[in-house]
Amino acid sequence: MNEPINFHFKVDGSNFISAGEASVNVKKLLRQVGIAPDIIKRVSIAMYEGEINMVIHANGGTADVNVYPDKIQIILEDVGPGIPDIDQAMQEGFSTAQDNVRSLGFGAGMGLPNMKKYTDMMKIESEVGKGTKVTMEVNIP
Amino acid sequence: MTIRTIAELLNAKVLCLEDKIDFDVKSAFGSDMMSDVLAFVKEQSVLITGLANPQVIRTAEMMDMSCVVFVRGKQPTPEMISLAEENGIVLLASNERMYPACGKLYQNGLSGGSIATV
Repeated sequence: MNEPINFHFKVDGSNFISAGEASVNVKKLLRQVGIAPDIIKRVSIAMYEGEINMVIHANGGTADVNVYPDKIQIILEDVGPGIPDIDQAMQEGFSTAQDNVRSLGFGAGMGLPNMKKYTDMMKIESEVGKGTKVTMEVNIP
Repeated sequence: MTIRTIAELLNAKVLCLEDKIDFDVKSAFGSDMMSDVLAFVKEQSVLITGLANPQVIRTAEMMDMSCVVFVRGKQPTPEMISLAEENGIVLLASNERMYPACGKLYQNGLSGGSIATV
């Protein structure tokens, strides 16, 4: 009955230029499904920051967007280096990004705080050397 | 203020979607940091930036902005221009530096708008 609509994406980690393509697509797909514009904006911003993170830190990964009647769930998974200290990573301004990433307009330690800010629920599961899974949810009122 | 007026005040070149420059815009945001655009923009429809890469266009698209003004003589690539065209975003390029560019627009009535409080 309550099978979600699923959108699945592979995020290419080798090319920063294309980072964000999946999020732009999600925005368009959610519009077609008839989701309200303010919900779409929050989902696509959170996913965009997550996608950028996967590209700059983890050499890409996968993104799944599940549309339920009462919420939109975003699951981002990578097999990157993992996050040693999640509390520290959550602090605004804390960043381990390289200078070349900063010159592209990201890497100022705003990614995870932005993702938390725009979603109703965010859970990070990470193991150093194995990878990271970020689950986010935006409620549909 | 129309996008046309922005172009005139900043002596800027219109790089695409010239047919949309009579659109009215109410407020603007200036930043080279795209994460800050994602964090702070609410209803602002103009982005003033000295950064030129495809993420600038994608960020503007995320925030439903209708115009990006490149300052300090930054030039977007043809790929960026076609990405903006696809998404209905007018691109302007000016040799002004960020501070005087923002100052001129503000002085002529383009406000900063309000801050996102999601």
